Amino acid sequence: MTQEHGLWARGTRALGGMLALTVALGGCAAGPAASSPTRAEKQTVTVFAAASLTAAFTEIAELDPNLEVRYTFDGSPTLVDQIKGGAPADVLATADQATMTKALDAQLVQPDPTMFATNVGVLIVPQGNPGGITGLDASLDGKKLVMCAPAVPCGAVAVNLAKEAGVTLKPVSEEQKVTDVRGKVASGEADAGIVFSTDAKAAGDVVETLELAGAANHATRYPISPVTASQNQAAAQAFIDLVTSAKGRAVLTEYGFGTP
Amino acid sequence: MSLPRWLLLPAGLAVAFVALPLLGLLVRVPFADVPTLLSSRSSLDALGLSLLTCLIATAISLLIGLPLALVLARSDGRLAGVVRTLVTIPMVLPPVVAGLALLITFGRRGVLGAPLSVLGIEVGFTTIAVVMAQVFVAMPFLITSVEGAVRASGSGYEGAAATLGASPTHALRRVTIPLLAPSIASGAALTFARALGEFGATITFAGSLQGTTRTLPLEIYMLRELDTDSALALSLVLIVVAGLTVAVTGWFSRRTVRRGIS
Repeated sequence: MTQEHGLWARGTRALGGMLALTVALGGCAAGPAASSPTRAEKQTVTVFAAASLTAAFTEIAELDPNLEVRYTFDGSPTLVDQIKGGAPADVLATADQATMTKALDAQLVQPDPTMFATNVGVLIVPQGNPGGITGLDASLDGKKLVMCAPAVPCGAVAVNLAKEAGVTLKPVSEEQKVTDVRGKVASGEADAGIVFSTDAKAAGDVVETLELAGAANHATRYPISPVTASQNQAAAQAFIDLVTSAKGRAVLTEYGFGTP
Repeated sequence: MSLPRWLLLPAGLAVAFVALPLLGLLVRVPFADVPTLLSSRSSLDALGLSLLTCLIATAISLLIGLPLALVLARSDGRLAGVVRTLVTIPMVLPPVVAGLALLITFGRRGVLGAPLSVLGIEVGFTTIAVVMAQVFVAMPFLITSVEGAVRASGSGYEGAAATLGASPTHALRRVTIPLLAPSIASGAALTFARALGEFGATITFAGSLQGTTRTLPLEIYMLRELDTDSALALSLVLIVVAGLTVAVTGWFSRRTVRRGIS
């Protein structure tokens, strides 16, 4: 009987806790204006970001304890496509302006996106450079080069860099995501890959990086903008402010991004 | 026997759940432009590559999967059980895992791939890799469906053939295979359809390059965000082929049932 009583009491306490939580969450949902400034309010924001932002954005999310960020990282065109299909995103960050322009044209995001980072293309090879690659030159002949499809930002950069170097690239695979290119080089499956300098940095020692001449001329700029359909504009703006804050920029720099 | 009428409600929901997305896609297909969309170089390359690789994958499955199905159907030991489980795994495996498994094994630095690479044989990024991915995920469909049919039909006719002096090979060619023809055909059709839809293992193991490794599903995956109309037109092709395959399979299996009864 005593035990039963104990169980009942515990159950009630748990139920009470749950009720309190529900009330607290309800308070949050009522909006920032309704909540008292003394209580830390936790806002949830859903961010669709280019795959190359994975590591930096994950760290940026930890800067603000009041912001709970849920991420989808994928190729920029995929993200735009998903938002067009009604995916519940609050913020969109793409790896180039061309993709953001598509989102703007379809009125999926708010006008005047903020430029928050830049990135340049580099050539990566597996550790030890088994293919003996020296750059975008004849050393690639007969070797396995992987790049992004030209429609993906990292692919557009690769095409421009090849033009600059005066070579025609013959990739064995055109991937949909920059991280897939890196994966195929890191695993040694490919002899070389064209990725962003940030991706090369994130791979650590498993790949070696070859800087490319004229890379700065073809730097890609990253825009970020709130999604028009978002019911969560305040949180969306809070996240964008966080990314462009001094702390946010410091994290981006740490991961190899440039300042626009 | 009559079923309770209320069953019609959940049954109708089931039909709607499956049919609505297909109808939704069909409504959006720009039918007038389909011939133009399908005649683009990249679409034709993807179509041709898919047909070629799927036919080869189905042929390989018949060549090695059919014998395995016959062996399994006549074995009941523990080893047969283990083999049966093994060959069923790819059917339920997420395709990306299948691709990863193939990559880890046959990739340039893989368990088997590394020694092969020394010999100058590298399958990664080639059409062979596409076929390997397709056989890996699709052959189990042939094996399980044919094995089931062999078990259901029993071994009476082969026994009779043997008493009449037929050698095992002769009995296999003249009795077993003809008897099983409908189920072999439907198993092959299923295998072809599964190979045609193969996506995850291909993109993980073989990569994506026009004319070499970019099959129909990969082309649709790439186009869906750039050129939705082309993606829809190619999806229509896949749906039609899948529909035809299932219809053929159904026709063959009904024939088998009728034959079984008569």
